[in-house]
Amino acid sequence: MHEMGIAEGILTSSLDAAEDAGATRITRVFVTIGELTEVMEDALQFAWEAITPETMAEGSALTVTMVAPVSRCADCGHEWAHDRYSGAQCPSCEGWVVALLRGRELKIDSIDIDEEGDA
Amino acid sequence: MKVDIEQRILAVNDELAEANRRLFAEHGVFVLDLMASPGAGKTSTILATIAALRDRYSIAVIEGDIASKVDAEKVRAHGIPAVQINTGGACHLESAMVRRAVETLDLGEIDLIIIENVGNLVCPSDFDLGESAKVIILSVPEGHDKPYKYPNIFQVSEAVILNKYDTLSVFDFDETEFREVVRSLNGQVPVFPMSATTGDGVAAWAEWLAARIDAARDGDAS
Repeated sequence: MHEMGIAEGILTSSLDAAEDAGATRITRVFVTIGELTEVMEDALQFAWEAITPETMAEGSALTVTMVAPVSRCADCGHEWAHDRYSGAQCPSCEGWVVALLRGRELKIDSIDIDEEGDA
Repeated sequence: MKVDIEQRILAVNDELAEANRRLFAEHGVFVLDLMASPGAGKTSTILATIAALRDRYSIAVIEGDIASKVDAEKVRAHGIPAVQINTGGACHLESAMVRRAVETLDLGEIDLIIIENVGNLVCPSDFDLGESAKVIILSVPEGHDKPYKYPNIFQVSEAVILNKYDTLSVFDFDETEFREVVRSLNGQVPVFPMSATTGDGVAAWAEWLAARIDAARDGDAS
């Protein structure tokens, strides 16, 4: 259960960016999470609701985009989508030297804000 | 209005981890992040590794636990410097905690730092500490199905220690299936069956580690 630490990371970056942009309120935060990380979306949403009160992000929505893993074979160049258990070996040439292209993201993409003067 | 951020969520941890990694590289120190569940034999494995390598390398240990200092005391009893980190409830170590612990050590005098992470098969796998390699210990009594349940930790590890191997005959542990799942998760990661308490199998693990330490000292560590 380290989603609290992840949520704190999201909040810190969001508040910094919001202050730089002269925001009065954060209404929505967009993040991308790879399915190979150990982050559960439900637990992350719960953590977000727990830590945002009394900040500029109070009441904001957290939009999570989960990313399925994709790997590329170093030998034959084949790219394929897979689950947690089928990414180590290339299904095309059976090579073992593979690079994960997507699936381990822990990224904050953008925020929606209200600015000074917004209704 | 939309404001683009495009930043790693754990940017603060990751930046400090990179700073740790540069510091270790400057001093030619190899840093091992040892991860396992509670009771898998992390401290016993550390003591067995120290016994195997202390004549060749200068070793220090960083012990991560939610509370208590019993592990650091066990290591110090063997004449090895040990720093205890108490996370105060956190389920994993972060790079800032490691940095504070490292600042109490004389890096110029050390070849190998072994970090014992908090006993947990989930959270430590997502946090970069600036280590040279992460290694997972699974013990036979935990069962061969653990890689199915905790895949990420097996994917980020550069070696797998199968501890308490001397108990294989009394547990329903399917070693063939275990190795197949590990291979499906992490290709050709080496698996070292051993018993930290009897010493069987420790030599093969220690030689793998020694080769990595030598590479770090020669300045071409990964």
